[in-house]
Amino acid sequence: MSKNIKLMQGNEAVAEGAVIAGCDFFAGYPITPSSEVAEILSNKLPKIGKVFLQMEDEIAALGAVLGAALGGAKAITASSGPGMSLKQEHIGYASMCEIPCVIVNVMRGGPSTGLPTLPAQSDIMQAKWGTHGDHAIIAITPSSVNESLYETIRAFNLAVKYRTPVLLLTDEIIGHMREKVVIPDKNEVEIIDVKLPDVPPEKYNPYNYTSGKVTPLAPMGEGYRYHVTGLIHGETGFPSQKTDVIQNAQNWLIDKIYKNIKDIEKFEEFQTGDADILVVAYGSTSRSVRQAISMARAAGIKVGMFRPITIWPFPEEQISNLSKKIKKVLVVEMNMGQIILEVQRAACGSKVYGLHVANGEPITPDQIFAKIKEVSEN
Amino acid sequence: MIKTKFNYDYYLRKNTLPHIWCPGCGDGIILKALLRAIHKCGYSKDEVVITSGIGCASRLPGYVDFNTIHTTHGRALTFAIGMKMYKPKLKVITISGDGDALAIGGNHFIHAARRNIDMTLIVFNNYTYGMTGGQYSPTQPLDSFATTTPFGSIEPPFDVCSLAQAAGATWVGRSTSYHAVQLEKFMVGALTHPGFSVLDVITNCHISYGRRNKMKSPVEMIKYQKEKAVPARSAENMSPEELAGRFKTGVLFETKDKPEFCGEYHKKLELLKTK
Ligand SMILES: Cc1ncc(C[n+]2csc(CCOP(=O)(O)OP(=O)(O)O)c2C)c(N)n1
Ligand code: SF4
Ligand SMILES: [Mg+2]
Repeated sequence: MSKNIKLMQGNEAVAEGAVIAGCDFFAGYPITPSSEVAEILSNKLPKIGKVFLQMEDEIAALGAVLGAALGGAKAITASSGPGMSLKQEHIGYASMCEIPCVIVNVMRGGPSTGLPTLPAQSDIMQAKWGTHGDHAIIAITPSSVNESLYETIRAFNLAVKYRTPVLLLTDEIIGHMREKVVIPDKNEVEIIDVKLPDVPPEKYNPYNYTSGKVTPLAPMGEGYRYHVTGLIHGETGFPSQKTDVIQNAQNWLIDKIYKNIKDIEKFEEFQTGDADILVVAYGSTSRSVRQAISMARAAGIKVGMFRPITIWPFPEEQISNLSKKIKKVLVVEMNMGQIILEVQRAACGSKVYGLHVANGEPITPDQIFAKIKEVSEN
Repeated sequence: MIKTKFNYDYYLRKNTLPHIWCPGCGDGIILKALLRAIHKCGYSKDEVVITSGIGCASRLPGYVDFNTIHTTHGRALTFAIGMKMYKPKLKVITISGDGDALAIGGNHFIHAARRNIDMTLIVFNNYTYGMTGGQYSPTQPLDSFATTTPFGSIEPPFDVCSLAQAAGATWVGRSTSYHAVQLEKFMVGALTHPGFSVLDVITNCHISYGRRNKMKSPVEMIKYQKEKAVPARSAENMSPEELAGRFKTGVLFETKDKPEFCGEYHKKLELLKTK
C-alpha cells in the first residue's frame, strides 16, 4: 500500500489525529500558539458532519466539550498559557465526573500573558496539579509532528478507556514547525469507541469504585438516565457525604490511573545500554538532547536518554531502575525546574543535575553538550 | 402530547428526597411547575436534559428523573450548548440562580442569547446568593441588605429580562413562585419556543434575603411577589413612579424571526454534504 505522507505543522497533525480518532466535537477559544488547531478543525469537522464551536472563553469551551462528551461525543479543545489557567476548573470537573475529553496545551512561556509566540515547557506541573483537589491525570508530551498525530489518537483512546481528561502537551516549537507525517488509515491504528453500557438502564450505575473496572459512560439521551455532579458522589452518581463513599471515590480517581500505569505509560530509551550519564528530557527539548548525545559520544562520553512520552503518570519505576545502573542523571527542560523534582524522587540512587533554560528559545545541543561535559567531569 | 394523567411521583427521584431546600423556600414551587410543564409538552424523560450551575436553585436536577447535569458555578449553559449541538433532538433546559446566571455566568448568558440556540434558561431569581448565606447578587434591589451590603446596596441591579432581550434571546418572560399556574403556562411557552428562551422567576429566599429585608417569613415574601408583580399589560398605563419597586410579569418579548443557531449549523452541514 502506498504511504500517505504529508508535510505538515504540529498543530495540523493534532487536528488530523483528532479526525482519525473519530473526533465528533471541538470547542475552543483562540490563543497563540494553539489557534491553528481550531482553525483547521473549523474546516475539517463540518465537512464530515461534526461540530465545531468557537465559544466566548476557554471555560465555556471546555464546558461545551464536556456537555457534548456526556452526550457520547469524542470531544477536544485546544489552548495555551492563560487559556489553560482558565480551563482548570473544568479539568477538575471532568476528573471528578469521569468525563472523557482531550485537552491540547501548546505550551508557551508564562506566567500570565508571558511569551505568546515563544516556547516553554512550563505547564508540566500545572498539568498535574492545576485544578484543585486530589486526582490523577494523564498527560502526553510528543516530541515531533508525526508523534503529535499518533499521540492525539492515543489521547482519545485513553480518555474513553479511563473516562478521564487527557492532556496533550506540545509546545510552540512542535506546534508550529513543519515535518514529515505518515498519515495512517483508520484501520491501521487502534481506535477505542464510546460504547453503551453492557447492562440495561435499570441496572446502570454511572460509577464503579470497587470492581477495579472502569464503567462505560452511557451517552445521555439513549435511555440511561443518570445524574452527574461535581460534588463527591457515590456509584449511583448522587452526592454523598458518607466517609466511606468519599474515601472510595477519592481512591478510585487515583487508582484507576495508577493501577493501569502499564497500559498508560509510554517512553523511549535512547542509547541507555552503556551510558554513564542519563539525560531525561521530553517534548521538543528531547530533539536537542539527541543531537547533544551524538556530540558527547563523539567526544567519548557515554550518554543515553530516557524520554517520557506519557509524562503523567510519571514513569517512576523506569527512572528508578535506570538510576540503579546509571549514577548520573541530567534533566533538561525549558522551564525553571519542574519534572526534575519527580526525577529526584525516583532516581534516589543517583546524583541528579539540571539544565533549565526559560528564555523563550529552544535549548541548543551546544548548551546541552556543555552541561554533559560538566556533569561527566564532576 | 402525552395523554397520561400527570403524576409528580413519575418524574421525581424519590430516593434522593428530602431535598436540601429550607422549609418555605420558593424553589420547590418552581420545580413542581417545571414537572407539570414538561408533562404538558409531552416530552419523554429520556429526551430531556437538565443542566444547572451551583447554588440552591441549581440543586434541582438531582431530584428529577431526566438526564441531569449539576455543573460548575455559572457554566451550566456551556454544557447545555455542547449537548444541544451534539444531540439536537434533545430538549435542553438550564436551571440557574441569579448569581449563577448573571454574575459568574453573565458572559455565557449573553452569548447563549446572542446565538439564539434552542434551549430554555430558567433563572431562580431570589435577589441573593442563597447557598453561600446571603451575599448580594447582581439582581439585589438598591438599598437592600445582604451579608456583604451591611449598609445597604448601592449597586444597580440587572433586569434579567431586558438583558436577555438586548442580548438576543427570542422568548423572554417573567413570573413568580406565587403565580404557580401562570408559571407553568409560561414554562410551556418557553420550552416550546424554537429559540433561546429565558424565564425569570422571582422566588423567595426568606432565609438569606428576607430576614435581612423585613420579610422574615415565606408568607411575607410570597406577599411581596403578589403585590409587586405588575402584569405587563397593566404596566403600559402606569407611570414610572407607580412602577417603582415593582416588576413586570408576562411574556415580555417573543419573536420567531431570528434564525436559530443549532438548526442553522446543521443546515450548513447538510449543504456541505451535497457539495
Ligand atoms: C467558582 C465558584 N465560586 C464560588 C462558589 C461559591 N458559591 C456557591 S453557590 C454561590 C452563589 C449562588 O447564588 P445563586 O446563583 O443566586 O443561587 P441560589 O443559591 O441563590 O439559588 C456561590 C458564590 C462556587 N461554588 N464556585
Ligand atoms: S437558603 Fe434561601 S434559596 Fe436556599 S434553600 Fe434556603 S430559602 Fe431556599
Ligand atoms: Mg440566588
